[in-house]
Amino acid sequence: MGILEVKGVNKRFGGLQALGDVNLSVQENTCHAIIGPNGAGKSTLLNVLVGKLIPDSGSVMFDGNSVLGRKPHEINQMGISRVFQTPEIFGDLTVIENVMIPCFAKRDGAFRMHAYETVAAEKDIREKAEAILEDVNMLDKLNMHAASMSRGDKRRLEMAMCLVQEPRLLLLDEPTAGMARADTEATIQLLKDIRVKRGLTMAIIEHDMNVVFSLAERITVLAQGTPLVEDTPDNIKGHPKVREAYLGEAQV
Amino acid sequence: MFGLSQKDTKFLLIVVALTLLTPILLNPFPSESGLAQFNAGYPALMQRFAIYGLMAIGFNILFGLTGYLSFGHAAFLGVGSYAAVWMFKLLSMNVLPAIILATIVSGLFALVIGYISLRRSGIYFSILTLAFAEMSYRLAYSVFTPITNGETGLQLTLSDPRILDSAPEGGSLPVPTLFGLDMNASWTANVGPWDFTFNIGYYFCAVIAILGFYLSLRIFRSPFGMMLRAIKSNQTRMSYTGLNSRPYTLAAFVISGMYAGLAGGLLAAMDPLAGAERMQWTASGEVVLMTIMGGVGTLMGPVIGAGFIKYAENIFSKINESVLHGWFGWLPDGLEDIVVWFFARFVGEGWHLTLGLMFMIVVIALPGGLVEGGQRIARWVRRKSGRETAADETTKPAE
Repeated sequence: MGILEVKGVNKRFGGLQALGDVNLSVQENTCHAIIGPNGAGKSTLLNVLVGKLIPDSGSVMFDGNSVLGRKPHEINQMGISRVFQTPEIFGDLTVIENVMIPCFAKRDGAFRMHAYETVAAEKDIREKAEAILEDVNMLDKLNMHAASMSRGDKRRLEMAMCLVQEPRLLLLDEPTAGMARADTEATIQLLKDIRVKRGLTMAIIEHDMNVVFSLAERITVLAQGTPLVEDTPDNIKGHPKVREAYLGEAQV
Repeated sequence: MFGLSQKDTKFLLIVVALTLLTPILLNPFPSESGLAQFNAGYPALMQRFAIYGLMAIGFNILFGLTGYLSFGHAAFLGVGSYAAVWMFKLLSMNVLPAIILATIVSGLFALVIGYISLRRSGIYFSILTLAFAEMSYRLAYSVFTPITNGETGLQLTLSDPRILDSAPEGGSLPVPTLFGLDMNASWTANVGPWDFTFNIGYYFCAVIAILGFYLSLRIFRSPFGMMLRAIKSNQTRMSYTGLNSRPYTLAAFVISGMYAGLAGGLLAAMDPLAGAERMQWTASGEVVLMTIMGGVGTLMGPVIGAGFIKYAENIFSKINESVLHGWFGWLPDGLEDIVVWFFARFVGEGWHLTLGLMFMIVVIALPGGLVEGGQRIARWVRRKSGRETAADETTKPAE
């Protein structure tokens, strides 16, 4: 029984079957990649997992509880964090504030009226935030305006914001999209290091096969909204159906 | 001190000192001089500085931090005034119960309006609040006449019960007091050619405004304030970080509504009557202007903006053509008439034109408001005197 169990999920947008009978099981402490050609339904699936979309049928269980019908903030409080394809950060705030906010969310829940306390007095939260920023090599940018950073830095910041919550499941939506080669390598290394250091369950959507094969222990291949195969990276590499799905796309 | 950092404590103490010295600072010209009409140190205007400053501070907690632009804050001002006058009529002429009730009632009112309006954001939120405020205004004028006394406005009468007070002597209407201190009592100090008026009502408003400012400073520095800024910055990230932005925005809305209600209560405490026109949309627009003019999201900006607009409203509007003729009398006759005609468009009833031009200049040249202007000047001065290194440290007390 995995920490995340997706069973028989269907989602239809008008005439388009975006997800057709998707089953997925993510085991604790593994990195599970979901790959597939454009339009295969990867992002739709991710949006179902975080509560942005509600499927037409099927069930999504996280650690024995259904996530369906819950709001994104409730699902996050259950222990699922998400990194977006284009980094979603608090651009008007400083880097350290960006990371402190998830710490507050983790400690105080979805809402707390802490209007008469001071941020400066929250030493524990600050230490925690600084520790994670050290892990992602951003200690020198603590007081920088988040919006003024490079895209790569924004992505690392967003990852730090997710990791500081110690999520039980981290969802990554193309974490290296649009990155230079060196940055991609750095991100792979970062994720590997963090897995060694903190132990982490990840589900990752990615186009870059290099990233997928360096990180994933299980791979699900999605095509036209339906899982084709689920297997280990070695078996996926030579799988005829996978080649067909990808080559089919290439010929179009 | 006071749970603030050293820098903020210093900042707060400066604000306190400026507020307490206002009667002197705003009367820089001797009373007999020709410039005396630019003096703003008379009680009615100083009270308005403090009261509208307080309202703008509260408005800034909502607009400056969360970015939700309410166009209906005058409704809370009006509700606060009505509540305070009713307290004067029914309970006592003491101002404390009046302003406490004003704050509570407007808080409840803000809870209802905020709960509905905050289902939308951006322009739709603004329109909803505007609609609610106009509705309140129209209702106060018509349906709610038994409570609001309609067009005439709510006033004190001799037959009011005032259960805690003894019957007024001599058949004149009682005045608001603070445990016996009359709000309209003043003491004038004559220092050489200068006259400084120290008014009880002003100091009462000033103390409340300072408390309001202190509270807003605490909110700005609190985790709650940080969440509000996060809402303004990115609501998507907010919800995917496990935070529910709705209660945060609602809390900010209610707090700022209570500030406005308190300001309305103080208006009634200075002059115990309340009219529906206080709720009109132009009054809501005014506080938006104040905040933008002074500097959205800065601590001091809204107060400066409020002072600026109230000064323009009360001082520029007093300058009429005969005053202008006095100024330009030395010009040749034909030219004098032209110059006077030209400047008369900008003063007297035309003061709105001056305000409009000022507002345009600020919005176009100084998006950060007058506070940004001040910061730029401070930086420029510092560069001139060659102490550039310390620039970032001290220029941003208002952050």
